Amino acid sequence: MRLTYFAYLAASICLAGVLYRLGRWFVLPLGPESLETTPLRRGINAGRAVFAAVIHPRRLALMLRALLLEVAGQRQILRQSPLRWVMHMALSFGILLLLLVHTFDDYTVARLFSDYAATLNPYMLLRNLLGLLALAGVIVALARRWRDPVIRGTTRRADRLLLWLLAAIVVSGAVLEAAQIVSPNFFDQMVVDYMGSDDPEEIAPLKAYWAKYFDVAFTPPPAADAAALEEGAQLHADYCASCHARPTSAVMAYPLARAFKPLAATMARIDLETWLWYAHYLISCLALALLPFTKLFHLLTTPLSLMVRAQGPAAADAAVNRPARRAMGLDACTHCGECSRHCSVAPIFQVIPNREILPSEKLSGVARLAAGRTSPRTAMALAEGSFICTACGRCTLWCPSGIDLQDLWAASKKDLRRSGYPDPHGWIRRHSASQWAEILAGHAAPAAAKPAVCLTDNPNTFWACVQCSTCTNVCPVVAVSADPQRDLEMTPQQVMNLMRLQLKEAAMGARMVWDCVTCYKCQEHCPQGVRVADVLYELRNEACRRLSFAQERRASNPNRTTIIPPASSEGKPGA
Amino acid sequence: MAALRYLYFPGCKLTPFLPDYDRDTRAVLAALDVTLEESELNCCGYPMRHNDFTAAMYCGVRVLALAGHKGLPLLTPCKCCYGNLKQADYWMRRSSDLRRRMNTLLEKEGLFWREDLVVRHLLTALDQDIGPARLGARVRRPLDRLKVAAHYGCHALRPGDVTQFDNPLAPTIFERVLAATGARCVEWPLRLECCGQPLWEKNDRLALALTRRKLVDAREAGARVLATACTYCQLQFDQARGPGDPAAVSVSKILAAAFEIEEAEVSGFEF
Ligand code: SF4
Ligand code: SF4
Ligand code: SF4
Ligand code: SF4
Repeated sequence: MRLTYFAYLAASICLAGVLYRLGRWFVLPLGPESLETTPLRRGINAGRAVFAAVIHPRRLALMLRALLLEVAGQRQILRQSPLRWVMHMALSFGILLLLLVHTFDDYTVARLFSDYAATLNPYMLLRNLLGLLALAGVIVALARRWRDPVIRGTTRRADRLLLWLLAAIVVSGAVLEAAQIVSPNFFDQMVVDYMGSDDPEEIAPLKAYWAKYFDVAFTPPPAADAAALEEGAQLHADYCASCHARPTSAVMAYPLARAFKPLAATMARIDLETWLWYAHYLISCLALALLPFTKLFHLLTTPLSLMVRAQGPAAADAAVNRPARRAMGLDACTHCGECSRHCSVAPIFQVIPNREILPSEKLSGVARLAAGRTSPRTAMALAEGSFICTACGRCTLWCPSGIDLQDLWAASKKDLRRSGYPDPHGWIRRHSASQWAEILAGHAAPAAAKPAVCLTDNPNTFWACVQCSTCTNVCPVVAVSADPQRDLEMTPQQVMNLMRLQLKEAAMGARMVWDCVTCYKCQEHCPQGVRVADVLYELRNEACRRLSFAQERRASNPNRTTIIPPASSEGKPGA
Repeated sequence: MAALRYLYFPGCKLTPFLPDYDRDTRAVLAALDVTLEESELNCCGYPMRHNDFTAAMYCGVRVLALAGHKGLPLLTPCKCCYGNLKQADYWMRRSSDLRRRMNTLLEKEGLFWREDLVVRHLLTALDQDIGPARLGARVRRPLDRLKVAAHYGCHALRPGDVTQFDNPLAPTIFERVLAATGARCVEWPLRLECCGQPLWEKNDRLALALTRRKLVDAREAGARVLATACTYCQLQFDQARGPGDPAAVSVSKILAAAFEIEEAEVSGFEF
């Protein structure tokens, strides 16, 4: 049949995709360790690590334990939420067992049981139950994505589409089965094939029997007197019973079939069951072809990730293996959003609407950075989100895919610094105070972005300053510098003087402002009660806001002249 | 005396980076019949203060609101967490604009900020809620051979009007707690200076210069141990410690040793 070509095509795409994605594990530059090795060495070492784990009894046991408890039992999800566990079990086992007893039945059940027929029980019942199970899983998954505010916020179209795709496979299968149940065309075909007869007289009793007990919708309905039914029962026993159980046990398709009965004539005329067959087959092929390119890939990668994780954290692994482990982690993410639900800094997203603050979103940013698919703007956003992370490790504890996220974030922070996207302190180091005054001058953020407390815009904050220089004298940062003017550009007292003169911009990029260790000694000792340290904090805040605002503007208008100089000028003030 | 109960706020760095301090703190407080309740709390907001005041405040206020929801005072062993939680409390009282913005955000989660919420640092809890007398009574092995330099750390101590920790210019709370174990506290000139940690990973050279200065000062004052009561300070002294420097030891470990809770041993040092 021509459709089989599609299956082969989908399988080839799937295989090529899987190989491509696996290959990338050894190529993607993730973390500084990747600079000191080659893809070949990464590949060889990964192979060695796998071999070592398999021949070492204790490590093998750890892996098998993970396979049983984490992969098959999904223990981590159970611990977190029983409802989610039920959902995921229903979905994963529903789909997997359907693949086994239905999609690939020719190679599995048909080989095991010589009398196998898809329309016999227990196979028919099982198939329908599994379909229901998977569908229930999809529904709960969609509901979860809709109900939880954090998860709803992180849900992407792809997440939903994939669930709809799975639902479409199950539903099209059920509808197809229902259409086949009521189809008179299908009946006629079968009678020709298995009874070897097309004589209406001969077939009539069987028709009567099947109309009554198998819900085939003949037009007009055959006469169903007792004699005909009895004869039909005999014919049924001779020709059909070895392959056909009554459709009532098709628990999902049968109710549909009953509903379809009035439409059966129309359905038969347009040959709907053939179209449904195409649809079911092709959607399934589509899912297969998409597998390596969507998060369906986690079917393969998450079990691997969990088994590797059982060997210990990435930090305890050989340096050469870490980049591949990180790449595998990126592929093992199911975008379930649990990490973001428990992230220590997730509330910040309510104030700074940068999605890269949330670990589940940052993950794809890191993947794009490694693949070299970032623009300055997205890299900037990723850096902002990444440096907000406090390395609390909670995401790693919660991730049901066993991804060592803490290690991933530590590596990606280094990668970001290396590719010219440091934290704000790193940015400021690139230029002098006067250069920053120029760069940031035009980028005062709109009033809506003003902080809730703004000391620096209020002259009262400084009017009391008498320039006594007490703040400078108690400052430990000034104290450890041999030449404060050289190292710090200005002293706290001088910063306060600029503020008194409302020259905020001139102070914003000063080394003193960014090397302030926030000890609050200046503020505590100021005889005039000036909030010196709070002002320095605020200057840094303002510079941060202007930096990202400038970057936004630069992204929307590449021809602007007042831009943040590109990353290549790192370490060369004024370049 | 009514049993003390707190909502424990370990802060982000404690469990992953200083599991010791976490364990010792719990053990010591348990030995003093203090109950620690736990629930999932977000970051205190301190690390965000460099980037965005409002975000830092929201983090802090949310923690306060969650504690208020439970009706429990907060207790944190980290001075930076304590500092930012107090800052959040302070600015909420002071700025109606901040109050409005924070309340709008909190309302979405059905939370609200309570003015009467108590925030304790481990030291203020030990000193004010439990009291040196009760500490002293629990001591099994007086540490009278121990010469210790009490490191105050900045963010709990200053700004004093915000943190209400102790007299910001001449504090004695840490020495009071340490003295209860029998340890002798040394006088050292840089007692109230910064450990340098806030600049770590931002300007490492400067951060280490500040840390080294303190370690040398404590050593010259004759201290064998530098006592900390803050996650960040402890981390910073650990990574800057050179040969001959006093070992940085958390107040919880010192108390645990005095209480004979466990064989409290620090690398290269025995009480
Ligand atoms: S380690 Fe970072 S990303 Fe993960 S939960 Fe903590 S703050 Fe969030
Ligand atoms: S990293 Fe883990 S917890 Fe986060 S979305 Fe991906 S699979 Fe879920
Ligand atoms: S801010 Fe205070 S300490 Fe600094 S110069 Fe002005 S009055 Fe003096
Ligand atoms: S808060 Fe900053 S400026 Fe003030 S004394 Fe401390 S280091 Fe110096």
